[in-house]
Amino acid sequence: MRLSRRAHILLRIAVGVGLAFIYVPLIVIGIYAFNASSVIRWPPSGLTVDWFGRAVEDELAREALLTSLKAGLVATAIALVLGTLASLAVARHRFFGRETISFLVILPIALPGIVTGVAISNTFTQVLGVDLSLLTVIVGHATFCIVVVYNNAIARLRRVSSSFEEASADLGAHTWQTFRFVTFPSLRSALVAGGLLAFALSFDEIIVTTFTIGAGEETLPIWIFRNLFRPNQLPIVNVVAVLVVLVSIVPVYLAHRLTREEGGTAAARGGTVEAEATAVP
Amino acid sequence: MSRRLASFFNGRPRLQAGALLAGPIGWLVIGYLGSLAVLLIAAFWTVDPLSGEVIQGFSLENFETLFDEPVYRDIVGRTVLIAAAVTLTDAVLAFPVAFYMAKLASRRGKAILVVAVLLPLWSSYLVKVYAWRTMLSADGVLNWALEPFGLHGPGFGETAVWLVMSYLWLPYMVLPIYAGLERIPDSLISASEDLGASPLTTFRRVILPLVFPAVVAGSIFTFSLTLGDYITPRLVSNTQFIGNAVFNNIVNNLPFASALALVPIVVMVAYLLVARRLGAFEHV
Amino acid sequence: MLLLAGCGGDNDSGGEELTELGKGEGQVNLISWAGYVEPEWSKPFEKKTGCKVNNKVAGTSDEMVQLMRSGQYDGVSASGNATARLVDGGDVDPVNVDLVPNYKTIFDDLKDQPYNTFDGVHYGIPHGRGANLLMWNSDDVSPAPTSWDVMLDPEVASKYKGKISAYDDPIYIADAAVYLKTHQPDLGIEDPYELNEEQFEAAVNLLKEQQPLVGEYWSDAAKQISAFAGGDSTVGTTWQYQYFALQEEGEPVAASPASQGFLPKEGATGWSDTWMLSSEAAHPNCMYMWMDWIVEPKVNAQVAEYFGEAPAQSLSCDETAEADFCAKYHADNPGFWKRVYYWQTPLADCGNGSSNCKDYNDWVQAWTSIKG
Repeated sequence: MRLSRRAHILLRIAVGVGLAFIYVPLIVIGIYAFNASSVIRWPPSGLTVDWFGRAVEDELAREALLTSLKAGLVATAIALVLGTLASLAVARHRFFGRETISFLVILPIALPGIVTGVAISNTFTQVLGVDLSLLTVIVGHATFCIVVVYNNAIARLRRVSSSFEEASADLGAHTWQTFRFVTFPSLRSALVAGGLLAFALSFDEIIVTTFTIGAGEETLPIWIFRNLFRPNQLPIVNVVAVLVVLVSIVPVYLAHRLTREEGGTAAARGGTVEAEATAVP
Repeated sequence: MSRRLASFFNGRPRLQAGALLAGPIGWLVIGYLGSLAVLLIAAFWTVDPLSGEVIQGFSLENFETLFDEPVYRDIVGRTVLIAAAVTLTDAVLAFPVAFYMAKLASRRGKAILVVAVLLPLWSSYLVKVYAWRTMLSADGVLNWALEPFGLHGPGFGETAVWLVMSYLWLPYMVLPIYAGLERIPDSLISASEDLGASPLTTFRRVILPLVFPAVVAGSIFTFSLTLGDYITPRLVSNTQFIGNAVFNNIVNNLPFASALALVPIVVMVAYLLVARRLGAFEHV
Repeated sequence: MLLLAGCGGDNDSGGEELTELGKGEGQVNLISWAGYVEPEWSKPFEKKTGCKVNNKVAGTSDEMVQLMRSGQYDGVSASGNATARLVDGGDVDPVNVDLVPNYKTIFDDLKDQPYNTFDGVHYGIPHGRGANLLMWNSDDVSPAPTSWDVMLDPEVASKYKGKISAYDDPIYIADAAVYLKTHQPDLGIEDPYELNEEQFEAAVNLLKEQQPLVGEYWSDAAKQISAFAGGDSTVGTTWQYQYFALQEEGEPVAASPASQGFLPKEGATGWSDTWMLSSEAAHPNCMYMWMDWIVEPKVNAQVAEYFGEAPAQSLSCDETAEADFCAKYHADNPGFWKRVYYWQTPLADCGNGSSNCKDYNDWVQAWTSIKG
């Protein structure tokens, strides 16, 4: 698109402002991770790297991190399976109520977290008489992670013509072989992207988790919430937050690279995986 | 074994669809919708004031309270208004960034920007809100930065909630708009320009209508996330949002909390239906 | 007794008292107020009994009740505005005080109270008691207040508009009632937790007038600490826990604690907390051991001095690091506590013959309206 020089400059400024808006608070968090005193004051009274050591040593923080990882991986796995199944059904078949599936799948994410959390918690404790535990947390997370995987998968399936699958069938492959050798490879990168986003959602989720977690367990967000206001722990919390962001640069970038290359045909048709990631079905 | 199963399903597409759907439907319909239904039925029950036991008789008492007490109208109105304000703000802020990413950035620039926009999603929601709390506090960064100009930060309150929520959900708006813009073939834009349209006209007549469904798709997230949040209002303000009211009543009066929870559900379902009409659900 | 007669519902407290203490189960899950369960005395407990302590800090009685109802905890340090609800809801079991040897030497005016004894049955072990404090930033607030009017009188309070810190819980309505008891005696308020229509409305209206002046309604102790430290709050109602924490950080705070010999002239609300046993406790033996431990003379002295409240254990007065701690905190002075209105659960039964008082549900609804 041809834009005048002035428009170009204005646009760049707007982008700069947008990015600055996004990153200033993160930079503040980063600064406070080095805050010498545990009281939050601006400007900080001094800088130190002590908190990084303390954070790594903090046993409860490590446990919480592990719990979050466990919950995230299992929830993502469940979401991958269920989301893929649902998307295959909707993209490749016609049946009654097909349109409502898309609507249904987005509900857990569109409705307020507190509603989802209380509803699921209520069902477990009152209706089923089951104790709250990491399992119930996983169920809650998987429920809203499904939509992310579903979105990605179905966007990709709609993009990739079904003629490949028909050809495969014509050549004598049965359903499972077709899926394994034709459908799945073209779906793979979309699932990676969906899985990553689902994991990110689960990893940072606090509201549904608050209502579905048992007494003795803590996910990372719950640990953060508990320590957020305690003056001696706050810097450690900031450190943990900074570390998580830094560590996640790698998978995010990798996902982008992977999917850009693989989704070759898809990209040519004017879309990338990020596009699929946030499409509403 | 898989061969047998596969040939079984081969000639029976409906059955295949059914088998594929069994898992997801079971989970979502029976599990999730069922839980919602149980919760919402409770909206028609009442509670014994002392023991807190739920009395399962049918009653419209909760809804009467919702309609009669002016405070609940205030709370709902406030929440919806701020949700709308946040959505608009994010659409405005996100568009330039998304446009630049989709149409003007080099391949490398695109990669960097995508990572840059996605990265904050990986930092903890709580830590971000708390960072804003410290930034907005009386001795915080904002006041410190504005003081030389004789200005003053907004402090805690509804403005703060609007500001923080716009901040939190911005990536959720950038990505769909970016996706929507990417889908617009460059050839379409070139054609419009070749036909003599100014960039502004091209934007208004060609780009905007095509990207609008994507904006609506993004707005679903910004609107619903604002509608249900209770942590941000608690941390950066004194005001009560729908989420706060629900949260405060869960202990003593679950039926009333359920009735309150019905409000955002109804609002969101309506919003989703409108969004579907506007094409947000059709992307390919 | 009065409380249960008032509710009129069927009183199926169901639970039976333990008659014999068995072996510890290896852990105990507690819900407590901030500062009640600290490593200083929980670690020695773990060593002695082998019961690992898992503690969840709650900010309000409502939170505590909710957590107890989940059945996932063994015990809770409940205030009076939770105890009656827990008993009537069947969430707690009677406590056999014979299994708690240190109970014998607890101050007499803490035993058999309406907030821990129901129908003559003991439901818990006293932890300690205190009055809610009026705290202010001595740099920003002058002259030093001696009355709650600095928060509740619209004229006086408007000086500190936007910097007032009030407790975020319906029970705060009682603070308004305590204020009105002195300043509007015509209303005839006797018990700030049992208010008839007229008295209740007056209290609610007073708080509605306060609302625009309030900077923050706090429910998390640490959140209030950060607000005072950051300059967002300069005067408010608080607990000793926050006051000491802020002093330690060098903040210029002053307060009207019992230890300074006076309360604001109207008196104050306060609390007398009780450790209660969950009816679904998975580790009841460890819980009994905890209840006995927390009122051991040395431990209760530590507890009281750490938090800044009056100990429940009379023998603790000889164990406190500060020699005259008990005297300062009026631990052995029942007369002082007459001006402190312990948190109670508001009930329809006014306790004086009439049954038209506002119950807790009314308080909760009103609180939402007050905050707006």
